[in-house]
Amino acid sequence: MLKQSIENLGNRTIQGVWRIGFAARFFLAILLHSGTAFRRFGLTIREMYFTGVLSLIIILVSGLFVGMVLGLQGYETLQTYGSEEALGILVALSLVRELGPVVAALLFASRAGSAITAEIGLMKATEQLSAMEMMAVDPIARVVAPRFWAGVISMPLLAALFSAMGIFGGYLVGVQLIGVDEGAFWSQMESAVDFEQDILNGVIKSVVFGIAITTIALFEGYDAPPTAEGVSGATTRTVVTSSLVVLALDFILTAFMFRGLN
Amino acid sequence: MNKTVLDLWVGLFVIAGIAALLFLALKVGSTSAVSTSNSYEIVARFDNIGGLKPRAPVKSAGVVVGRVADIRFDNETFEAAVTLRLDKRYAFPKDTSAAIMTSGLLGEQYIGLEAGGDSQTLKDQDRILITQSAVVLENLIGQFIYGKAQEGVPK
Repeated sequence: MLKQSIENLGNRTIQGVWRIGFAARFFLAILLHSGTAFRRFGLTIREMYFTGVLSLIIILVSGLFVGMVLGLQGYETLQTYGSEEALGILVALSLVRELGPVVAALLFASRAGSAITAEIGLMKATEQLSAMEMMAVDPIARVVAPRFWAGVISMPLLAALFSAMGIFGGYLVGVQLIGVDEGAFWSQMESAVDFEQDILNGVIKSVVFGIAITTIALFEGYDAPPTAEGVSGATTRTVVTSSLVVLALDFILTAFMFRGLN
Repeated sequence: MNKTVLDLWVGLFVIAGIAALLFLALKVGSTSAVSTSNSYEIVARFDNIGGLKPRAPVKSAGVVVGRVADIRFDNETFEAAVTLRLDKRYAFPKDTSAAIMTSGLLGEQYIGLEAGGDSQTLKDQDRILITQSAVVLENLIGQFIYGKAQEGVPK
């Protein structure tokens, strides 16, 4: 009984370490085989359509609503201190620093990451990847790397669109609906948001999230057992793992970026 | 999916994304106000800087003319040495005074510069001689109570 559970623990540890090692080698292989993704950029553009353009609607609509809710909630709180004009700062800083990159990344993981995993997993299950290898076409260069770069390029653009849309939503509710002074809204926002400290750090965050999500999604698809059950399990794992990784990375990045600020 | 339609959509997506980034950079944010190339640094020493932070604004007549670049503690004079980075467009007389002020009742602290009458101007790495420390609320209350107690002393 005891021996059994210790064996289980050992087995799980070995499996976990093996998967991490495999994922790291997989990541390196993607980077090494990235040449094709840039030489035949059409492949990457095709994938950008599926990961980026098709994610636009959910990103834009969520951004707008998150911004509008921030406007309403922020106004309620700021009003008690008589500083409604700071609404612009509150909306812009929370979106640009945190909500933009993180929420866009979570949506990206569930919208695009799951699709990537399912696609690659099915390609593997129907032996399309093996067929490519038979034809001396490297599936990592032809299938995996373009998806990777498409995700890495799309993610910061989506996060920026999310933030811009959110600020517009906050403006709609704060200025147009509630009636916060428009000049104060924009000028206070502009004086409080710093380009390097806030916007650039937000972009760096979204690039890191993009790398993490696409790597996890591609790896889970590539590693999925070639059965219907295996692919569905891998898709679920992609969303769960990449969401958790995004949140953990966000904490680490925030700690590095904003710790020494004051 | 037709290839040109696909290219068109991706192109639109990239343009929209870059436009959003530009919007954030230009409309929402401001570049760290003063860059190192067109600015000069002067030093001011304070007995007490209160809650002053690096990157706090330096204002003269209410206009932001620079930012606090660095705050250090001088272990020889036991004062705070505050480095101010001012925009090159603005020159101040040598006898300019610096004071630490608070915007609003509980707002952030900033440095206010009051221009003097000297004909020479402050150069890079010069020192502001006349400074006024931050008002510490505890000291103020202490002085008030002490003053009240003095009033009550029978003559």
